[in-house]
Amino acid sequence: MLEIKDLHVKSGDREILKGVNLSVADGQTCILFGPNGSGKSTLLSAIMGCGTTEITQGQILFKGQDITHMTVDERAKLGIGMMMQRPPNITGVKLGDLVRATAKDNCGDDVISEARDFKMESFLDRDINVGFSGGEIKRSELLQLAAQKPDFVLLDEPESGVDLGNIDLIGKKVHDLLYDTKPCGGSKANRSVSSLVITHTGQILNYISADTAYIMKEGRIWCTGRPMDLLKDIREKGYGECIKCRLVKM
Amino acid sequence: MQTGEDVKKALDKKAAYGKDIDIDRFEEGERDVKQIDEIEDSGDLKETMDHVGVTDQEDRLGTIIFIDNGMSHCSNKAQDGVELLSTQEALKKYDWVKDYMWKAIDPSKDKYTAKTYLENSDGYFIHVKEGYKAKYPVQTCMLLNKNKSIQNLHNLIIVDEGASLEIITGCSTTHHSNDALHVGVSEIYIKDNANLQFSMIHSWGKETGVRPRTACMIGKNGSYTNNYILLNPVGSLQSYPVANLNGEGASCAFNTMCLAEKGSNVDTGGMAVLNAPDTNAQIMSRSITKGGSMIARGRLVGNASGAKAHLECRSIVLEDGGTTLAIPELEAHVADVEMTHEAAVGKIARDQVEYLMSRGLTEDEAIAMIIRGFLAGSIEGLPPSLKNEIDAAISKANLGN
Repeated sequence: MLEIKDLHVKSGDREILKGVNLSVADGQTCILFGPNGSGKSTLLSAIMGCGTTEITQGQILFKGQDITHMTVDERAKLGIGMMMQRPPNITGVKLGDLVRATAKDNCGDDVISEARDFKMESFLDRDINVGFSGGEIKRSELLQLAAQKPDFVLLDEPESGVDLGNIDLIGKKVHDLLYDTKPCGGSKANRSVSSLVITHTGQILNYISADTAYIMKEGRIWCTGRPMDLLKDIREKGYGECIKCRLVKM
Repeated sequence: MQTGEDVKKALDKKAAYGKDIDIDRFEEGERDVKQIDEIEDSGDLKETMDHVGVTDQEDRLGTIIFIDNGMSHCSNKAQDGVELLSTQEALKKYDWVKDYMWKAIDPSKDKYTAKTYLENSDGYFIHVKEGYKAKYPVQTCMLLNKNKSIQNLHNLIIVDEGASLEIITGCSTTHHSNDALHVGVSEIYIKDNANLQFSMIHSWGKETGVRPRTACMIGKNGSYTNNYILLNPVGSLQSYPVANLNGEGASCAFNTMCLAEKGSNVDTGGMAVLNAPDTNAQIMSRSITKGGSMIARGRLVGNASGAKAHLECRSIVLEDGGTTLAIPELEAHVADVEMTHEAAVGKIARDQVEYLMSRGLTEDEAIAMIIRGFLAGSIEGLPPSLKNEIDAAISKANLGN
C-alpha cells in the first residue's frame, strides 16, 4: 500500500526527516511511536503532501505509484486520508457542507444522517473547527473521513486531548473507519483500510489491532516490532533505552 | 432651506470619496421606457435580471423595475399593507410625501445628489403601512440600458410604526450599456418599532460608474439591515450609506461583500451615527481584491450614552498588483459609549486550502469554498433568498488560480 524510501524532509534550513524507510502493507495498521519533536507529524504531512516542508531526497510510493511530488488533492483522490491533530479553523464553511462536498460514492446524505452516532449532528451547521473542543475536533475529523472513505488513513494522535467520556466513542469510530463495519451506500464489501497511526499513550490500541510499530527519533526510524512489545519497552525504559538497544543490535 | 441656486452651485462639487466623474459626459437617461407586463416576457432583460436575483417567482410580494430613468413595471400582491409607486406618482398622490424628500440627504452634498435634485428625478416609492409585517420581500430592479447616459433615480422608502419589510434590489447594466453612470439617491425612513432589511446585489459593466447615495433615519427600537453585494467587475463604484439611529434602542447592521477585479475601482463602506441612548450598530465588511483597487471604509459616531457598536473590515488579497485599503474610524462625543473595530488584510491561509484538498477538493474548489465562507458565511442575517445568487456570482468570478 505505502512504501517510503530514504525520505529526507527539510523545514527552512533544518532537516527534520533524515532518511526514513517505512512500509505499510495492504490492510495493515502500523503504529508510529516517538518522542515529541521526533518528526512523526512531519512524516504524516509529507505523505499527505501538506505543510511548508520540502522533500529533498527519497521517494513515497502509494499503490505502486510515485506520489512524492503529487498535489494534496491528487493523493486524496488516490485514496489517502488524514485525521489531523490540529486542523485549521475555516470561518464560514459549514461542517455539513464540507462532508457533502467531499463524500465519495454519493454517500454524503448517509453520512450526514449518521452524524448523531458521532455526536456531531448539532455541529453540521457550524463553521469547521471554530470553537470546537479537543473531542469535537476528533469527532468532526472522523465524520469527514467516514464520507471520504480513504483506502489508507493517517491518524495523528487520535486520542490526544480527548476526555475519558469521549475516548470510547472516538476509539470505536476509528475502528469503524478501519474495518468498515457500517458500509456506506449499501455496499457490503468487507473493506479493510490500511493506516499509519501516531500515538503516545497507546490508548487507541484498545480499539484497533495493530500489526507493526515503528519507533522514530530525531528524524529516523530506529526500531520496528510488535506494537504491544514496543509500547511496553517504551513505558518501562523510555525512548533513550529503546534506541540504545537497537544500537547494540546493530 | 435649500434653494435651486444653492444646489446648482453643487453641480461641480466633487464627492468626499471616490474618483471624480465628469457628469457632463453623459446625457440624461430616457424617462419614456418600454413597459414590461410580466418578467417572463421581458426577453433578453430576463437573463440580466436573473443575475441580480430579480425573479418572477411567487415568493415576491411586489416588483418595481426601472429601465434608465423611467418605471417599466410595478406590480403589488399586498395592496393592503404595502404601497408601491414611482416617486413622482407618490408626490402627486399624497401631499405628505414631499415632507420626506431631501430630508435625510442634503441635495447639495455633491454633484450627484445635485444632479438628481435638479432633474427632479423619478424613482421607486415603497410605503409599508403601520403594523404591517410583510411575509415576502419586495424586489426592485434598476437597469441601465443606454450607453453614455446617466441613470438618475430618487427612491423613497417609508416603513411606518411597527411594520417590517425586506427589500431586494438588483441593479445591472444590459448589454447595450457599459460606459454609463448610475446615480441612485435613496432616502429611507424607519419609524418606531419598525424594521427593514435592504439587500442590494449588483452586477455592472466593466466601465460603469456607480454612485449610490443612501441615508436612513431610524426611530425608537427600529432596526435597519443593509446588505450590499458586488461580485462582478465594475468601472468605478463609490458607496457610503449612512444610518442615523435617532430613536432610543434603534439598531443597524451593514454587511458588505465586494470583489475588486483588475480594472475595478471600488470604494465602499458605511457610517452609523448613534444619536440616541442604547443604540446599537454593526458594520461588517468582507472584500476580495483580485488586481483591482478596494477601499473598505467604516465609521461609527457615538453621540449618546449606552451606544454600542462594532466595526469589522476583513480583506483577502488574491494576487499582486491591486490595492487594498481598510479605513475603520471611531468617533465618540460622550463618555458612556463602547465602540470597537477590527481590520485585517491578508492572503488565503495555505493550511486551510490544504486541509480541504486533503479531503479531495481541487485547489480551485478549496479556494472557492473558503472565499464563499469568508464572504457569506461569516455575515449573520443574510437572507437565504440571496444565497443562490451569491453562490452563482462567486462561481462566475472564478476566484481559484
